[in-house]
Amino acid sequence: MPSVLEANQINKYFYEPTKFQVLKNVTFSIERGSFVAIIGKSGSGKSTLMYLLSTMDTDYEGEIIVNKEQLTGKKQKDLARFRNENIGFVFQFHFLLPEFSVLQNLMLPAQKLGRWSDEEIEQRAYDHLKTLGVADQASKLANKLSGGQQQRVAIARALMNDPLIVMGDEPTGNLDSVNSEIVFDTFHQISREQQQTIIMVTHDEDLAARTDQIIELKDGEVIRH
Amino acid sequence: MKDFPLIFQIARTHLLSRVKQTIVAMLGVTFGISLFIGMVGLMTGLNDFTEELAMTSTPHIHIYNDVAVDRKTILDSSNPDGFNVVHHQKPKDEKQNLKDAFQIVRVIQQDKRVLGVAPSVATQVFYNYGPVQLNGSVLGVDILAEDQMFDLRDKLRSGTLEDLLNTNDGLIMGVGLARKLNVQTGDRVTITTPQGYTMKLRVVGTFQMGMGAIDDVRSYANITTVQKIMQKDNQYVTDINVKLKDQSESEALAVIYQRLFGYRSVGWEEANATLIIGNIFRNILTYTVSITLLTVAGFGIYNILNMAIYNKMKDIAILKAMGFSAQDVTQIFLTQSIIIGLLGSLAGLVLGYLLAYGISKVPFDAGDVVNLTSLPVNFSITYYIIGIVFGMLTTAMAGYLPARKAGKVDPIEILRG
Repeated sequence: MPSVLEANQINKYFYEPTKFQVLKNVTFSIERGSFVAIIGKSGSGKSTLMYLLSTMDTDYEGEIIVNKEQLTGKKQKDLARFRNENIGFVFQFHFLLPEFSVLQNLMLPAQKLGRWSDEEIEQRAYDHLKTLGVADQASKLANKLSGGQQQRVAIARALMNDPLIVMGDEPTGNLDSVNSEIVFDTFHQISREQQQTIIMVTHDEDLAARTDQIIELKDGEVIRH
Repeated sequence: MKDFPLIFQIARTHLLSRVKQTIVAMLGVTFGISLFIGMVGLMTGLNDFTEELAMTSTPHIHIYNDVAVDRKTILDSSNPDGFNVVHHQKPKDEKQNLKDAFQIVRVIQQDKRVLGVAPSVATQVFYNYGPVQLNGSVLGVDILAEDQMFDLRDKLRSGTLEDLLNTNDGLIMGVGLARKLNVQTGDRVTITTPQGYTMKLRVVGTFQMGMGAIDDVRSYANITTVQKIMQKDNQYVTDINVKLKDQSESEALAVIYQRLFGYRSVGWEEANATLIIGNIFRNILTYTVSITLLTVAGFGIYNILNMAIYNKMKDIAILKAMGFSAQDVTQIFLTQSIIIGLLGSLAGLVLGYLLAYGISKVPFDAGDVVNLTSLPVNFSITYYIIGIVFGMLTTAMAGYLPARKAGKVDPIEILRG
C-alpha cells in the first residue's frame, strides 16, 4: 500500500507562557485506507499533531506530505482549498452550524467544492445521512438534535466531498458507549469499503487497540507507530 | 466570485437567525439616510428658493453709473503739493445716466454669451391716490426685454404686457403697492418725482415677484414714459441689465464690461454675496449633520457585527475547517453588512421621501416679505443617489474591520475547546 500521509522530522513549539517544545522530531507515515489512532496522555501533543496534519496549523518545522503533495509552505488559501477537497473533520464537540438545517450543514462543504450540482449534492447528502441512520432528521435545525445524532451528522458532513483522509479529534469523547460504538464502526467501515484513511485522536485505549495502526506520543515524541 | 451564491446564502442565514439585531442595525442606517434626505431636501429647497428670489430682482450683470465720491477740486490737481482751501464746495450735479447707453446695448447684444439685454431708467417717486401718499420707484423698461430677463409675464396678477405697450401713460404696479394705495387696474394715480414733476398714470396691470422689497415699492412703465416724467431725452438710460446663457460666467464678464464701458458692472454673485454665503453655510450644516448621523449608524453596525462575530467564533472555525478560506469568511461578514446597508439605505430613501414630503406640506406664512405658503423642498434624484452611495459606503467601511477580523480567526484555538 502506498503511503497517503508522511510526517518528517516535525518540531513544534508553544511560545505562551514560555517557549516549550510540544513535538520533537515526529516522523511517521500512514498507508492509504488504514484506520489510525493517535494516542497518548493528556499533554503529550497528540491533538497538536493532528491539527498540524489537518493543515490548519502551519507554525511548525519539518514537512508534511499528503498524497505525494508537499503541504509545508503552501499559502493559507491553497491549504483551505486542499482541506475542502481532501480532508474531513469530526470533532469532540459536534460543531455543526446551529442556524442551518442538517441538510444545509452537509451541503455547505460540497457547494464550496463546486464539483457537483445542487441536486447531486442533496442526493449525496441524503445517501450519507441514510448510511448513518439520521436521514429522518435532515430538515431539522442542527441544534435540535441529540449529541449522538449530531455526531453522526458531523461524520456525514466529513464524508461529503469523498475526502482522502477523515480526521477526528476525540470523536467519541463526548458520547455514551452505544453511540461511541456506532461512530467507531462507521469509521471502520469507511476505511475498509471506501479506502479512505481515518486518523483519530483518542485517549480510549480499548478503541485504539481495535484500529490498524497506533501512533503513541509521550512528551512530544513518538514512542510507537 | 464563483462562490458568491454560497457566501450570500450563508450571510443571509446568519442575518435571518438574528432578525432583531439585523433590524436594529438597519434602522441606524435608515434613520441616517432619511434624515439626510429630509434635511438636504429642505436646505437645498430653501437655497433654490432664495436663489430664485434673488434672480427675480438681480440680473446676471447690472451696469450702472456709480455715484462718484470724494471729488478732487481743480486746484488740487493743478497744485498737488500745495495747501489748498476751497470754501463751500458742493457735489457736482452729475447726470446719473449712462452715456451712449444704446450703443452699449448694441455691443453687448453681439456677444454670443449673452441671452438678452434690457436698458432701463429708474427714478424715485411719490405715489398719490386720494389721501394716500407713498414713496416708491418707477422703472422704465422695454417691457418685452424685461420679460425675457425676469419672466415678468408669469408674475403678472392682472393685465398684460401688451396693455402697457399700447399706452404711453401706463403702469404695471407691484401688488403690495397697489394694495396700500387701494388702487385697482384701470385707476389713475398721480406720481411726483423728486424734481417736482407731477403726472397722472394709469394702472394697466399688477405683478407679484414674491418679495415685499419689490412688490411694495416698484412699478414698471415704458422707458419713454419714465424719460418724460424725468424730463430727460430719449437717450437717457440709467441701468443696463444683462442676462447670460450661463449665469456662472457673470463675474468674469462683469469685469470685462466694466473695463470696456467704464461704468460699474456687478455680477449677480457679487450682488448677492450674503445669499451665497448663506447657501454655503446651509450646505455645510446639512452635510455635517448627515455625516455625523451616518457615522453613528456606522458605529452601530460595527458594534453589532463585532458582537455577531464573537458569537460566531465556533461557526467561523467550522467553516475554516471545512475549507473556507479567510477571504471567504471575510466576504461572508462583509456581505452581511452590505445587505444591512443596502436594505437600510433603501428604507431610508423611502422614509426620507416621506419626511421631505411631510416637510413640504408644513404651512409656512412668511407674511408680505416673501410669497410662500409652505416650506420649499427639493426632491431632486441627485440627493437620493448621494444618500444611497453614502449609506452603502459607511456600512461597507463599518463592516470591513469586523469582517477582516472574522477572516483572521484562528480555528484551532476554538476547535480544541
